[in-house]
This record gives sequence, structure tokens and C-alpha cells, in this order.
Amino acid sequence: MSAARPPSTLSAARAVLYKELTLERRAPQTLTAMALFCASAFVIFHFALGRDEVEGALASGVLWVTLTLAALLGIGRSFVADREEGGLDGFLLAPAPRSALLIAKATTLFVFLLIVGVLAALLFSVLLLGPTPSASQWASLALLIVLADLGIALVGTLIAGIAIQTRARDLITSILALPLLIPLLIAVTKASEPLLSVGAGTLTGRWLALLGLYDLIFGLLAYALFDYLVED
Amino acid sequence: MASTEPAVVCSGLVRHYGERRALDGIDLTLGQGQTLVVFGPNGAGKTTLLRVLATLLRPSEGDASLLGSDLRKEGWKVRSKIGFLGHQSLCYGDLTARENLRYHARLHGVEDPTPRIEALLEQTRLSDRGDERVFGYSRGMLQRLAICRAVLHEPELLLLDEPRSNLDPAAIEQVEPLIGAAAGRTRVIASHDPVGGLAEADLVLGLRSGSAILLERSEQVTTDQIGELYR
Repeated sequence: MSAARPPSTLSAARAVLYKELTLERRAPQTLTAMALFCASAFVIFHFALGRDEVEGALASGVLWVTLTLAALLGIGRSFVADREEGGLDGFLLAPAPRSALLIAKATTLFVFLLIVGVLAALLFSVLLLGPTPSASQWASLALLIVLADLGIALVGTLIAGIAIQTRARDLITSILALPLLIPLLIAVTKASEPLLSVGAGTLTGRWLALLGLYDLIFGLLAYALFDYLVED
Repeated sequence: MASTEPAVVCSGLVRHYGERRALDGIDLTLGQGQTLVVFGPNGAGKTTLLRVLATLLRPSEGDASLLGSDLRKEGWKVRSKIGFLGHQSLCYGDLTARENLRYHARLHGVEDPTPRIEALLEQTRLSDRGDERVFGYSRGMLQRLAICRAVLHEPELLLLDEPRSNLDPAAIEQVEPLIGAAAGRTRVIASHDPVGGLAEADLVLGLRSGSAILLERSEQVTTDQIGELYR
């Protein structure tokens, strides 16, 4: 009776991704909340630290703590529409590979994190950052944002997949995500420190390698576990 | 449908929610093209049975097979053959009806879904409002859209949880060719309507507290027997 054939992972992922971006475009909630959080955090840091400018390790810490907490907002929102409107059941009823949901959700979160990361870095340089980074330092910082956001998106989607099946989902997201993100945060803050210092600081290869390894490990882990997490 | 294999077979089917047995050893066999109507008071296990058959819940014990595929091992195989209509429309409020149906069509691998979507919207009188976001839809319109979603990929087996709730008499007529007996699909329907349900049933299952206390051919069941389930 049915003329349909199960879709490929890529085709199903594209369908979910298009749906996710359309929902955010129609009713912008996640991006707005994340961006507003970053702006507010920088203003609070400005007064709390009692300084007009920060640099080096402190600047790196302020920037990445702010971005990580903003990311938690995004992670917490990533399955809200699916839970409230039954969209997860809608997906699970389809013969689509479950990994398509992981790919689409992680890509959506990655895109949101990139947008917020770029906006936050620019705002940070205007509001708080003392030294003015050179073009090559901006490029290095952009590379760090890409690598860190990829890791956060993968871990975040994995955690959101666990949290959606529980009643204490808001708690679970923070409780599980933050400890898992510690290695990534150490690597990215250490790597960012010379770029946000006075002088011509450059990226250190080992922190970049650690970030890349972290992304690879959690990418594989998420791919292996996600099917079991979203199904009953 | 050339196969004579039963469409649905449950054997000792159990589903726990923690300590509670929502389904307690259900045995039944339903032939292809037939209709099973499940009656029972709220919390009897009707929705759980439908969700297990839809592969949304895993059986805790026992076996179930749909269209020849074991649900535990081959759930992925039957999903393209199942149309599920639950209490939620499974449609996103910030998408239009057409966008929702296109999304589900892509997830089911329906090739060139536009003619099918337009035909379904026309059948359910939603064409004119098909480009509106569905959060503004009435409950009846949402139910019609959910029915379109459930039959979009032309499934062989329909799992319908109170499919006519929120529908006015005209809407019930509109959806009849899609989910009624004339569609020729095997159906498992959860219902609270003894007269209407009995009229379309080949087989009747009465549940109470997860246990099957009535399983008979419809000719052998009276509305009084069904009424007893609710007392």
C-alpha cells in the first residue's frame, strides 16, 4: 500500500534541520535568550570585577564562562518544542535513522553557538577586552570558537537526549553537561589566553589538538549512544 | 495484500511503568484488513497498547509482531507501515499545515509528496488554511491535520486513539475515507463509544487495569457488555 521508502540519514537530517531553523526564525527564542544572556553577563562582570578592561587569563575565563553558560540555555531549549508538541514521537514513528536527529540537533545547536560566539566575542572586545587583537589573533580565536562550539554542540545534544526522557530535565542538563565540558573549557581557556593578552600571543598546538580530540571522542560517543537514548 | 499472515499478534504482552503493570499479559491475533476496537475506562491500558504497537514503547515482557515483524527486533521495519494517531497532533504550532505534512512526508521518505498533501488537505477541508501556522487551529482542525499526518505515507496498519474526538459530524464524514473501514486498512482503535465502536469492529478487546477481560468477535459482544467495563 505504501509507496514510501525509508529516507537516508542525510535526507532525514536535512528535514529536521530545516524544521529547526524555521521554528527559530518564526519564533526566535533560543538565539535571543543566549545573546541577551551574554550581553548581561559582560555588563555584570564589568561592575563585579571593578575594572574597565580585562586581559589574559581573566579575559579568557570571563569570555568562556559566559559562552558556556549561554550554551546551557541553548542545550536546555533544544528539545522543548519536540517535547511539548509531540515532535519527538513524530520523529520516532518515522522509519528515519535515529542518528539523523542527532546530526540535525547538533548542527542546529552548533549554528546557534557560532552566531552567539561571534556576537559575544565582538561585544566582549568592545565592553571589556583591554588589548586589541590583531587580524591573525581574531582568526585564531574564530578557530577556537568553531572547535569549542562543535564539542559543546555534540555534548549538549547527547545530554539533551538523555534529559528529555527524564522529569528533572532542566536539572539534568546542567548537572551532566558542566562536568563533561570541563576538559573542553580548560583547553579553550588556555588556548585563548595568549590571544587575549598584551603582545603577539599565538595559538598553542597541544590545546588545539586536545580540542580536536575531545570533539572526535564525543562525536563518536554521541553517534554510538544516541539511538538508545531517544528510544524507550 | 496477498499475505494471509496476521497483521497483529500479541502474546503475553506486558508493559510496566515502574511497579505498575499498564498492560498485563495481552494475547490477541488480528487478521489483515480487520478492525480491533479496544474499550476500557481511563487508565485501562488502551493508549499504552497503541504506543507499544506503534514502537514508541518497548514491551517489558511477552512478544508482539506487526505485519510479520517482531517489534522488539525489527521495529524499524514496520514503522513505514504504521499510521499512528494519538492524543497529540504531533505537529509543530509554529509551522503551517503544509510545512508540517511536508516535514513528516520527508521523514517517511514519501517521494513527491505535494500531490498527496494537497489531496489530503482538500479531503479534510483544510486547503484554504493550509498556509496558516497551526497554533491558531481549533481542536477539530488539529485532529483533521493529525489524521492527514497519520495516513500521509499510506500505511497498511492504523493505530487510532479516539480518532473522532473533537470532530463535528461533517468532519467525521470527511475523514471516513481516510481512516474508516472503506480505506481497507487493518485498524486498532481505542474508543469510548460502545455503539460506534462496536459497529466498526471485527474484534473487540475490553481492558481493565491492563488486563484483557473481554476478547471476542464483535458479533458476540453487546453494548451492555462494553458498558460493564466502565462500571
